[in-house]
Amino acid sequence: MTLREFLTRNGGELLGLTFEHLVLVLVSTGIAILIGVPLGILLTRKPGLSKPVLGFANIMQTVPSLALFGFLIPLNIYLFNVKVLGGIGARTAIVALVLYSLLPIIRNTFTGISSVDPAIRDAGRGMGMTDRQLLFQVELPLAMGVIIAGVRVATVICVGTATIAAAIDAGGLGRYIFRGLRANDNLLILAGALPAALIAIGADLALGFLERRIQFGGAFKAKSKKFLGPVAAVILAVLCAAYFFAAGDGKRIAVGSKDFTEQVILGEILAQAIEAKTDLQVERRFDLGGNLAHEALVAGEVDVYAEYTGTALLSILQDKPLKDPQEVYRRVAAEYGKRFDLVWTEPLGFNNTFAILVRGEDAQKMNLKTVSDAARVSAQWRAGFGQDFMSRADGYPGFARTYGFHFQEIREMDLSLTYRALAEKQVDLIAGNSTDGLISRYGLTQLVDDRKYFPPYDAVPVARQATLAKYPELRAILQQLGGILTVDEMRKLNYAVDGEKRQPKDVARGFLIEKRILDGSGAER
Amino acid sequence: MSNDDIVIEFRNVSFIVPGGKTLLAGLNLAVRRGETLVLLGRSGSGKTTTMKLINRLIDPTAGEVRVEDKRTLDWDPIRLRRRIGYVIQEIGLFPHLSVEENIGVVPRLDGWPAERIRERARVLLKMVGLDADRFAARMPRELSGGQRQRVGVARALAADPPFILLDEPFGALDPITRREIQREFKTLQRELGKTMVFVTHDIAEAFLLANRVALLKDGEMVLLGPAEELLSSQDPEARAFAEGYSGPQSAGIPS
Repeated sequence: MTLREFLTRNGGELLGLTFEHLVLVLVSTGIAILIGVPLGILLTRKPGLSKPVLGFANIMQTVPSLALFGFLIPLNIYLFNVKVLGGIGARTAIVALVLYSLLPIIRNTFTGISSVDPAIRDAGRGMGMTDRQLLFQVELPLAMGVIIAGVRVATVICVGTATIAAAIDAGGLGRYIFRGLRANDNLLILAGALPAALIAIGADLALGFLERRIQFGGAFKAKSKKFLGPVAAVILAVLCAAYFFAAGDGKRIAVGSKDFTEQVILGEILAQAIEAKTDLQVERRFDLGGNLAHEALVAGEVDVYAEYTGTALLSILQDKPLKDPQEVYRRVAAEYGKRFDLVWTEPLGFNNTFAILVRGEDAQKMNLKTVSDAARVSAQWRAGFGQDFMSRADGYPGFARTYGFHFQEIREMDLSLTYRALAEKQVDLIAGNSTDGLISRYGLTQLVDDRKYFPPYDAVPVARQATLAKYPELRAILQQLGGILTVDEMRKLNYAVDGEKRQPKDVARGFLIEKRILDGSGAER
Repeated sequence: MSNDDIVIEFRNVSFIVPGGKTLLAGLNLAVRRGETLVLLGRSGSGKTTTMKLINRLIDPTAGEVRVEDKRTLDWDPIRLRRRIGYVIQEIGLFPHLSVEENIGVVPRLDGWPAERIRERARVLLKMVGLDADRFAARMPRELSGGQRQRVGVARALAADPPFILLDEPFGALDPITRREIQREFKTLQRELGKTMVFVTHDIAEAFLLANRVALLKDGEMVLLGPAEELLSSQDPEARAFAEGYSGPQSAGIPS
């Protein structure tokens, strides 16, 4: 796809995301100024506070953003009945962005005011200015250049960090970047990164200009100052209010997904099935990074998303690996019910685990069905494995021991390259992802893990107990979706998005029509 | 001398910084209405400290300072300072305000109408020898050192305060500009008849402007009287200063 095609097809969406991004940055920087400047002023009046406050702001800047999101999402803090902290979405993103941009603003306000020549301060006091008059008529105007330099740094940080906000469903240009990274689509990455970079450069230039104007040309002229302050305050207040009050109630349900293609497709399948079969309004909170989907589910920000049994067992419950799929399912279902009030519903039918793959022609020629079959004939084989597989607890060493593999050579490469390497006969066996679309694309054969070495990663919609109780119709739909997807079908859907560049929502819709859950006329209920 | 004539008075005033250094020890000093008292001394002798005690930029750690027969501690510091014009070295101008705005600071704080402030600024600029049309809108950085200092004086006079404190106002100027402005200031002084306390380490300046000189050394006053007494005094500090002064001629000032 050329850039021009991309723009004609997605121009509207790009504009929307750019606008979301701008609003995130504007609101966050605005709030950071409203907090940071007074705090910086306070520090000049109470120097004892400067160490702890600046120290705190310093530490906030070093916290990795995903970790900060992970910490903020479970919070549940209300102010006058409006949730001000916690959950996924723009609210939490803004809180995080504010924390990131505070340091340069506080520091520069403090430094700017402290570095006003003491003789000038004495002149002001000696002329009979009160502390307030000294602050507003002398110190702040003189420090304004330095303060704006701080705002400038904060804004640029904000523009960059706001791209990560897409990981918690806060929108913005990060959506394109994450989607592009996932689909290995450089055009999409650029479509997100380029406007973000332009915003950063634009903000930097504009504030840099303002900074120089103020340093060389004296303070604002009285008229524009009187006008500017209230206008900026009103705009900020409206934007804030819009963000904090945006989510009204009513019969709504939030469907979540993690941040890779398969998850987005599954999210769409769940969302569209619910939209078709009930009168619930579905909110899509997709692309949640790391374990944020789980945390959002626990926090009640998401009502249902598809989780994998193995991930739940190992990474969320931090339990010991188990091999038997039924046992894993029983265990996570019981623990989730006990600990989180969450319900594991019907498995969708496929297992997304490591897949030991060989070329289809080899499998046929040598009659290979299971991994054990391959182990017997593999003495002359070369294998290609991703770094992840080589290093994980449930990866290569145990695998080779269990099946008695001795390869002639092992080539370590990026997982996404192993498929092509196998197809082009550079290697003879790889450990891929069982639902990867490239498996069908290259005509590869997955060998049965006959010794059950790999833990099961069955995909299962997990829902909040409270939501299921409130909307019994949801339970019925999830039952209907049970067993609907084979590994093969999942591969095809993934390939339709990653390989054929089709939209996840169209792919999901096609699938649901094929399965007669949607009737395709566009008027289902 | 009647008591009415004393407008600023130091009674046994000491000032010790929290660290323990004594900047001023047991100062007794009275300033009379309409006179110019010059505080003379080297750096660190306590001149500026004495001055800051008058407008309450600092408070005495012992003794009391009285302004218009009222302890400074009993004055509202803001009201007190509005009655006292204050000139410091050229850096004291607010760099973000134009000449006119700088002069108008105190009248603005006192709530004068804008038109009156403008007029006042023009009158004062003329009084200190600057062309109002050319200078009113300029920023301090666009002025020479001498021009800045003139604006500083004009600013201190803006609200017509009965007292003026001048802390080495001409210290940063080149010698020629300095003599020039000193002469003009002398004329101004005569016209205005204000009570002034003037800090300097330049004995020629003291001779030119002072009604009386107070010589300070290490926080103590070693001499108080007309400038000429400096020349006849046996005090070593007075002699040290007197040696640096060879009469008005050498300073280029016709007596």
